[in-house]
Amino acid sequence: MKTLRVPRSPKVVTGLAIVGFFIVLTVVGPWIAPDNPSSTAYPALLGPSAHHWLGTTSLGQDIFSQLLVGARATMVVAFVAGLVATLLSMTVGIAAGYLGGLPDEGLSMLSNVFLAIPGLPLLIVIDAYLPVNSRSNAFVIGLIISLTGWAWGARVLRAQTMSLRNRDFVEAARIIGEKRYRIMFSEIAPNLLPVLASSFLFTILYSVGAYVTLAYIGLTSTSVWNWGTMLYWAQSNNAPLSNEWYWFVPPGICIALVGTGLALVNFGIDEFINPRLRASGLSSKQRKERGLARRTRLGLTPVSVTRAPTPRSLQPNPGVAE
Amino acid sequence: MRLVTRRLGLYAVTAWVAVTVNFLLPRLMPGNPIQTLIGKLTGQVTPGEIRAIRLSFGLGFHQGLIAQYFTYLTQLLHGNLGVSITLGATVSSILRQSVPWTVGLIGVSTIVSFAVGTFAGTWLGWTRGSRLDSLIPTATFFQAVPYFFLATVMLLIFGSDLHWFPVLGAYSQNVTPGWNWTFVSNVIRYGELPVISIVLSSVAGWMLGMRNMMITMVGEDFVLMAVAKGLPRRRVIMHAARNAILPSIANLSLAIGLVVSGALLVELVFNYPGVGDLLLQAVLNEDYPLIQGIFLVITLTVLAANLIADVAYFALDPRTRTEVAT
Repeated sequence: MKTLRVPRSPKVVTGLAIVGFFIVLTVVGPWIAPDNPSSTAYPALLGPSAHHWLGTTSLGQDIFSQLLVGARATMVVAFVAGLVATLLSMTVGIAAGYLGGLPDEGLSMLSNVFLAIPGLPLLIVIDAYLPVNSRSNAFVIGLIISLTGWAWGARVLRAQTMSLRNRDFVEAARIIGEKRYRIMFSEIAPNLLPVLASSFLFTILYSVGAYVTLAYIGLTSTSVWNWGTMLYWAQSNNAPLSNEWYWFVPPGICIALVGTGLALVNFGIDEFINPRLRASGLSSKQRKERGLARRTRLGLTPVSVTRAPTPRSLQPNPGVAE
Repeated sequence: MRLVTRRLGLYAVTAWVAVTVNFLLPRLMPGNPIQTLIGKLTGQVTPGEIRAIRLSFGLGFHQGLIAQYFTYLTQLLHGNLGVSITLGATVSSILRQSVPWTVGLIGVSTIVSFAVGTFAGTWLGWTRGSRLDSLIPTATFFQAVPYFFLATVMLLIFGSDLHWFPVLGAYSQNVTPGWNWTFVSNVIRYGELPVISIVLSSVAGWMLGMRNMMITMVGEDFVLMAVAKGLPRRRVIMHAARNAILPSIANLSLAIGLVVSGALLVELVFNYPGVGDLLLQAVLNEDYPLIQGIFLVITLTVLAANLIADVAYFALDPRTRTEVAT
């Protein structure tokens, strides 16, 4: 299997750095938090200071500690949901694309139905009926979110599988009598790795949003600290309107940063899949190094490939790739 | 025609799934939420009302699940969504008041967002590799912010601090609702900030999608041909954009669900009297008939919007009209 050559564009490097930072925070957040996030030992509504970097809530809780502790719950739920949703979309998408015919009709219908139903209202309805003790369970919530978030990936994977199913290597596997599930998961799936990765990141992005939203409207247990419950408490204490920005802005920024990081990494994967996008992501200096036109010109969008040097006579005119 | 029939079939099935989910959830969820609710309400409401609630969930009939299902479907077909527990009115009459606000707000926002995003994306795709590309990370950031958070920040800065826009509600207390210019202009004025915040949250998706398709299109031979013929630049861009927009429109029907999900919460932030605000109240009060009614109405509205988007796609792309296409 080829190693993934993620283009080293500044976008991707930034994205990886941001995502990496929050993964570290997920692990160490609760350990390095200076205080117990629920302890109400301090005066209420202190502004940011050296003792309380982000001030305190109206109950006198340390906001910085809440932010650090909340990272774990938020990321764990998003990760569980992303993982389950990707497994679901992989199974449904590849099976539909490879099997074709009636199974394809059925599975495509299933994913289209889930795409057409608006996700958040469905989540809210399911969640409203959950027993209260299940609402604090990260895995239950993760599973429900994945249920509303797998369909898009399945659609993309199905399309990609259909373009692979008649390739020679799949044909060969079929002729030597490989089992169907082996062809689907050992032959086809590895070749869909970039698409799978992209859909995994996309579902995590979706799940962060969905989880935070559920928590914000008070549908998850309000005693579990995550960035959504922080916003819930800030909102219900009117923090936005009384200018207590240090209470509600930090969790929002964190959510947005995680999302931006994931999306930037996804750009890298997109550029990997579509070489035309790759060339457009290069800086002018990099482009010159690769012998591409300084400015991409019309009709000549260069396809940037790093390949072994070709003999002088075969080298294309710089800027006229293809 | 086949495409439209297929899509119609899909939406019919989706509607049926939504209705069935709605029917099964309260009956099959662990912990028997309805029984808990009735236990909580006993003493607060009259026995007659409790009986009505039990009836609306099929608890009083001693029927099997299948028979209950058909009773439920019959009631739905008559437009009977049950009675709200907290508001004491029928769910359908409550929804009739709030649905137009939501459809107006989200409809306008989606159209504006799609138009702006497509134009911006066309330009970004055309001038790819230029300094304008630095807009992309910014746009991504706005896309990653939850709708409700961006709305809160906008409300604070432009509403409460700078007083550029009126906030909270859909119209001023001082005007009486009616079909006259004073009221309509007031509604528009109050809608500006919510619309702007929904557009800001959702525009990046359209923009990036369009940009990527434009970049792919610009590499195609027909664009080169158009340049070789010496067409003016504007015509060439139009030529490429017309082809690049098709995937955007094909995705439109699927993206509507996402936009609606986000925009419902914007209503909350702005106290907009639409379905989103109602849904939150219903959730907080555990008003199950209302929650279910809202879910059903939102789903059906989204499906209708999807169908419109599909018909637009069908009208714009001649390839969908040939019978060979699948």
